[in-house]
Amino acid sequence: MCESVRKKFVLSHFFCIFVRLLCRNIAIGYWAQRRVTRFMNNDNQNIIDKLEKSDYKYGFTSDIDTEYIPKGLNEDVIRLISAKKCEPEWLLELRLKAYRHWLKMKHPTWGHLDIPQIDFQDIIYYAAPKRKTLSSMDEVDPELKRTFDKLGIPLEEQMALAGVAVDAVLDSSSVKTTFRETLAEKGIIFCSMSEAVRDYPELVRKYLGSVVPYADNFYAALNTAVFSDGSFCYIPKGVRCPMELSTYFRINASGTGQFERTLIVADEGAYVSYLEGCTAPQRDENQLHAAVVEIVVERDADVKYSTVQNWYPGDKQGKGGIYNFVTKRGLCRENAHLSWTQVETGSAITWKYPSCVLAGDNSVGEFYSVAMTNNFQQADTGTKMIHIGRNTRSRIVSKGISAGQSQNSYRGLVRIAAKADGARNYSQCDSLLIGDKCGAHTFPTIDSHNSSAQLEHEATTSKISEEQLFYCNQRGISTEDAVGIIVGGYAREVLAKLPMEFAVEAQKLLAISLENSVG
Amino acid sequence: MLEIKDLHASVEGKEILRGINLSVKAGEVHAIMGPNGSGKSTLASVLAGNAKFTVTGGEVLFEGENLLDKPIEERARKGLFLGFQYPVEIPGVTMANFMKVAVNERRKAQGEEPLSAAEFLKLMREKSKIVELDAKLTSRAVNEGFSGGEKKKNEIFQMAMLEPKLAILDETDSGLDIDALRIVATGVTRLHTEQNATVVITHYQRLLDYIVPDYVHVLYHGRIIYSGDKSLALKLEKEGYDWLINDYKE
Repeated sequence: MCESVRKKFVLSHFFCIFVRLLCRNIAIGYWAQRRVTRFMNNDNQNIIDKLEKSDYKYGFTSDIDTEYIPKGLNEDVIRLISAKKCEPEWLLELRLKAYRHWLKMKHPTWGHLDIPQIDFQDIIYYAAPKRKTLSSMDEVDPELKRTFDKLGIPLEEQMALAGVAVDAVLDSSSVKTTFRETLAEKGIIFCSMSEAVRDYPELVRKYLGSVVPYADNFYAALNTAVFSDGSFCYIPKGVRCPMELSTYFRINASGTGQFERTLIVADEGAYVSYLEGCTAPQRDENQLHAAVVEIVVERDADVKYSTVQNWYPGDKQGKGGIYNFVTKRGLCRENAHLSWTQVETGSAITWKYPSCVLAGDNSVGEFYSVAMTNNFQQADTGTKMIHIGRNTRSRIVSKGISAGQSQNSYRGLVRIAAKADGARNYSQCDSLLIGDKCGAHTFPTIDSHNSSAQLEHEATTSKISEEQLFYCNQRGISTEDAVGIIVGGYAREVLAKLPMEFAVEAQKLLAISLENSVG
Repeated sequence: MLEIKDLHASVEGKEILRGINLSVKAGEVHAIMGPNGSGKSTLASVLAGNAKFTVTGGEVLFEGENLLDKPIEERARKGLFLGFQYPVEIPGVTMANFMKVAVNERRKAQGEEPLSAAEFLKLMREKSKIVELDAKLTSRAVNEGFSGGEKKKNEIFQMAMLEPKLAILDETDSGLDIDALRIVATGVTRLHTEQNATVVITHYQRLLDYIVPDYVHVLYHGRIIYSGDKSLALKLEKEGYDWLINDYKE
């Protein structure tokens, strides 16, 4: 996005808030800050050059027999998707309602992103591996198994790993779900969305769209119209899920948009830790991904949602790469707790704001994020904390890392509703810059309507300095390792929030993103 | 161990070192003194390989090998250690993490196996005692929130961990109170053996009460203009540099 357009956005943004301020006579101070940092000195050209040489490790295509439907989007395609999945009438109606609404919507332009024109008629909206419903590992497509092997996450190992259940999503249809029996003993449901629609239609009907309504935004509407599959998880009252639940998403079929739909419901007093991780094979053409994740956290329940995202970011010239437009939101009832942790290293464009609606009194929302961009990647990510209940608390820790010629933005909203007495928020937004051609931007907004609210915001911008690198080098540490160590230290607070298995993978991904970057 | 022959170096076109000659042998302690701006810290930085400075002439041999064509980290792995005047903070990176990589790189260069986590932590505990740093050091971030004294102690701790052949200590005594100075200086002395060498850069004679030098050199305007034994330091303390540098003033 060009400079003038960005300024316009900011101005209009400020103006709107100003008007709101006047109208609603807000008691507590409104606070907003915008910071655009361009890194002007000639800091270590070497590192920049070498960073840009860093290659995407997971760029490969596996040759799995895939069933397509024709390109393009219209009501017939939606009916076809619904029919292929043998869906009930109400779901088809929901899809069509969403589609008709979507037709009237405009593509969002407020992000600090330069988004190429997307031709929504040039996308295949459904692709699924042909072989399905397998009863044992032996039946899994050997090619699929090899794909996971290449990724370093073989299913066998995953199964053997204590406490990790895997719902492997390759393209749009769930291929294999493990550990389900163990979970079933506790009454926990963990399955693909398609299976959930078939086996637990009442639960799905009750909660689907309850947190992210189809009319919420452009991509939520599109997702509701065409979602192909995803994961469904239900933890019954008072049950503590005994293992980490994880899903590996992977875009595979060429030119196939992925529209995952995830619904997690933690009933009263339940607990679950859910992990999501992504890698995608290298592609020339851009691929669209627009997922929706909805989380319902009932009274006294506790949900921890962790993501490591490493989709193909495009090449060094900025060609190709995944467009990632995601809507993630959780609804917290009384005393509920929801924690989002994300490590974002991939995608050409990231547009993502995992949010918490703190509806119940004493509920707590958290957002911990590391977003790394390199080469020509663009990320506009952050969170929304909507305080509605009394004594609600939220905490935001965002760590941006920009390298190459990438643009990395934090965008956040903390809203305190009039009835949210005693609400508290703490926000910390840090930016780390590597090189002199990248940009870090923060667009935090605070919108408070209650004078008892306590809001804190801290922000820093730093860079990897020559002095730090020299210090590490002088201790015998190569520049490449030094950059990895410094970035790891910078992101430590967030990485520490990830479950152990994921923390290791996340650290690997950060290192991979910077690998061959120097030395 | 170290042979510096007619070393010239400049920063941003300005010549700082203008023909340094110095020879350091195993088992020796050298002190380099001199007024502010004479090039002492530049000499240390150039030997370590700081890219801010350009070597414009001369030669440096370390253990018989050309030092100047090696990258910074390789010089370090070969056993050259620089104690920083202003140690840098690296937020979030624990000392344990940092030193583990450093120590194992040094071991790899010497053909040794990397240390296991247990061996490493034991080594860290042992060495931190030398400079009376407490055991919590392992989990603290590199120099982050360290007091001035702790930062200098931390430099000597790292020296103890890495067991360099040649340690160049750049004003390790600056900003230390009397107790910290004693601890740091005693630490350096304890680490000294017949197999290694130490070059201390200092302004004050008091450090040399603990670290007794075999040679004292006076650096002025980019050259070593005078060398003597430890009594030179005492004389400088009493009389200043004027009697030496008058002849060299431009």
